Amino acid sequence: MGNTIFDIGEENRIGLRLPALDVPERNLTELIPAELIRKEDPKLPQVSQVEVVRHYTRLSRMNYGVDSGIYPLGSCTMKYNPRINEDLARLPGFAHAHPLQGDELSQGALKLMYELGEYLCVIGGMDAISLQPAAGAHGELTGMLLIKKHFERTKELHRRTKILLPDSAHGTNPASAAMCGFEVVPIPSDARGLVDLQALKAHLDESVAGIMLTNPNTLGLFETDILEITKLIHDVGGFVYYDGANLNAIVGRARPGDMGVDIVHYNLHKTFSTPHGGGGPGAGPVAVVKKLEPYLPVPRIVKNGNRYSLDYEYPHSIGKIHSFYGNFGVLVRAYAYIRMMGDEGLKAVSTNAVLNANYLRVRLSKVYKAPYDRLCMHEFVLTTKGMSEEIRTLDVAKRLIDYGVHPSSIYFPLIVPEVMMIEPTETVSKEELDYFADALIKVAQEMRENPQLLKEAPHAVPVYGASVRRLDEVRAAKEPILRGHFP
Amino acid sequence: MTAFEFIPNTLEDQRKMLAEIGLSDVEELFVDIPAEVLKRFKPLGLKPISELEVSQLVSRMASENAHTGQYVSFLGGGIYDHYVPAIISHLISRGEFLTCYTPYQAELSQGTLTWMFEFQTMICELTAMEVANSSMYDGGSALAEAMLMAKNITGRKRFLVSKSLNPHHRRCLETYAWGVGLELIDVPFTETGQLDRAALQPGELDDLGGLIVQTPNFFGVIEDLSGLKELIKDAFLIVSVNPISLGLLAPPGLFGADIVVGEGQPLGIPQSFGGPLLGIFATRMNYVRRMPGRMSGRTVDADGRVGYVMALQTREQHIRREKATSNICTNQALMALCATIYMATLGRHGLRKLAELNLQKAHYLAEKIAKLPGFALRFSGPFFNEFVVRTRKKPSRLLKALRDEGFLGGLDLESYELLDGNNLLVAVTEKRTRDEMDRFVKVLKGA
Ligand SMILES: Cc1ncc(COP(=O)(O)O)c(C=O)c1O
Repeated sequence: MGNTIFDIGEENRIGLRLPALDVPERNLTELIPAELIRKEDPKLPQVSQVEVVRHYTRLSRMNYGVDSGIYPLGSCTMKYNPRINEDLARLPGFAHAHPLQGDELSQGALKLMYELGEYLCVIGGMDAISLQPAAGAHGELTGMLLIKKHFERTKELHRRTKILLPDSAHGTNPASAAMCGFEVVPIPSDARGLVDLQALKAHLDESVAGIMLTNPNTLGLFETDILEITKLIHDVGGFVYYDGANLNAIVGRARPGDMGVDIVHYNLHKTFSTPHGGGGPGAGPVAVVKKLEPYLPVPRIVKNGNRYSLDYEYPHSIGKIHSFYGNFGVLVRAYAYIRMMGDEGLKAVSTNAVLNANYLRVRLSKVYKAPYDRLCMHEFVLTTKGMSEEIRTLDVAKRLIDYGVHPSSIYFPLIVPEVMMIEPTETVSKEELDYFADALIKVAQEMRENPQLLKEAPHAVPVYGASVRRLDEVRAAKEPILRGHFP
Repeated sequence: MTAFEFIPNTLEDQRKMLAEIGLSDVEELFVDIPAEVLKRFKPLGLKPISELEVSQLVSRMASENAHTGQYVSFLGGGIYDHYVPAIISHLISRGEFLTCYTPYQAELSQGTLTWMFEFQTMICELTAMEVANSSMYDGGSALAEAMLMAKNITGRKRFLVSKSLNPHHRRCLETYAWGVGLELIDVPFTETGQLDRAALQPGELDDLGGLIVQTPNFFGVIEDLSGLKELIKDAFLIVSVNPISLGLLAPPGLFGADIVVGEGQPLGIPQSFGGPLLGIFATRMNYVRRMPGRMSGRTVDADGRVGYVMALQTREQHIRREKATSNICTNQALMALCATIYMATLGRHGLRKLAELNLQKAHYLAEKIAKLPGFALRFSGPFFNEFVVRTRKKPSRLLKALRDEGFLGGLDLESYELLDGNNLLVAVTEKRTRDEMDRFVKVLKGA
């Protein structure tokens, strides 16, 4: 089937023995009607344990992670994941606790969540929080539902139909707003790369339910008009939703709440160092101002004296958004990270994240074009447009693989053509930054002198994590093969 | 200034980099933040602490929590105390799996894309469906997304929901349904604990978006899915499953299910106080372009070698924005990797054996309890590894007595308001021994 676990093994090999049945065995059909019993076992692999271990070890070597080297995916904050956090999340008291074992038996977990919630509220300058959302987009959805609930209660829902969305916003923002039935109104960016205030004003009226703002935005620029924007939205009775995915740029020195925002989500798998796991799990807690607190998801964690409990008694709550209380194991990691760093460490995070980004920007904008040539925050964008007739940003990214580094995000944000979005984070050394910059500068030279090198990249040289040459995405889309089949 | 182990830059590094940028102080990097905002800043009031100190601090908190290493657990209700093979934690801890992200650069992500493809294949085999995505957040949100997909395809807003659905999932469903403006209509259960088909009257079936059922349901009872799809016709049959049970039970795909979802925690994922979990989502190929979530698809590279890429991305928010099939981006990938390794390790016949262990042990205990005076099985229908016991005494009192003897005795159903009287939901996995069960019964008897 192509390098999968299904391609190895033999009939009747097993990866794990199970204990023998220690109660009298009953006839299956005495227990379940025959027609509800499966006729044929599912066609799962039949492999010995050593084969399982070797197969997944081999697969792991066909991956590049933060542990492998610089991983400057813009908007993803691929920072180092402290290993102590892995150990702490695996402590039996956390890993083997059942969510329904009752408050009395769960004081440690509830305390950790309560305190993490308090910390995140202070970090964001907000009043109340829910830790339930399992990722950023889940937090956005929660935030949109909170707005909807509020306007339902004030009987304004019929006219509060619009969510304003800067065109630089992450794709999850419009998707989340649309899932709640809001009409998405794009707001263009201006020549500065910031929200176009004139365009924003043109849309301001009582049909506005709110705006979803990412700050710093996805061009890596701080919305310098943020105070005016929040005021304008509030003046027409709307809410300001702050996508806090980029909090790494300002953590420890500035707070969304102090900019006048009403709702903010945090990506714990970005700013707060929890591992990305090949795509997840993350956590996307949502914090709000007092006015929206009654609508937060239940259960909420409350503290009475020294006791913590789960509280479902919030009649105006939007309800549950997660089966239980969110990605608890991720919350443990973020808690440990915040405690280790403290105020001074969190400030050092934004200092060095922004410093590293600007250092790379200055070095690279001598060779690539920076569409917004000014100080950036934790990330910045470059474009290859106009550099070559035949070479695209995709080719540049693939060529970087030959140099043994992970490319940046590409083709996002959508408003810059042939864009590269680069976010080094604070956890890379100057030597790595220089290696990355040197590689990209070299690729620019190759673009002029030997473009074929880029077009054919990657070359499957022995590079960490690389195992194939360029893959045919068009073919995968035309005739999707999404599972293996058996003879 | 404190040096931090996660931040390589020294003051000297900073100085050199500032010089390259043409600045003299790091604070100058933040001039775009309005001074007013900076002035309002308030710190946490937390000093940095070392790895050693945080380890002590957080370990203390963990020790204030009960867990299933301390207590013998008969607690289920959607999260189960199954054995997790040792290799899983070791393999998922490999940095190349743990610290990478969504496989945006396929050539550096063949490991992730390959296991995703394996996972999709295994879920299809388990459920007898044609296509599966690579994970949703959890069972509750997977169910909600299934409902949204059915609404988008059928254009209809009424959904029948079995009253025996896990109430935690049901509450997620309600939140999403309200958000989108859908109507949920209860379908009651009978004395067997199964869906009351008599309630599926033709009038109820008009203009129906879908029927949502769970098997084994919240009470542990196995539903008979046969004929349901024929009854509801082009409305969607959405079935929520416990994946372990499918080692033994006829899969929903054989009964015409349109979407199969489930909570994947039983597949080698720790209980972890209810998260991170794993949402399973599978459907039919007809609907593949309308389904939410990431998928890996097979292709070839420039040399014709088999490789994998993210498939059908045009469904997703990063391309389609407000017209996307879902807003999901970050998912539960690492948990899906746990499940993949788990299914590979248990293997074709192992999953069947495991399911049978669960079934046999649960029936052993159920029978013993049912013989005790003051206890009876609440439902007469077939069950898998969980069952409801009707008790004369208050379950809260029984649970207290059990806890004193080292048991997490099950779930008191009182607060769920699904059943009258006193009811205790008891789950039995392969981890429970005959000795533990006999002691459990003895404590119940004396309580
Ligand atoms: C700016 C921004 N907003 C929102 C999201 C969505 O977060 P998640 O992937 O955790 O759902 C992301 C990242 O993916 C992001 O970069």
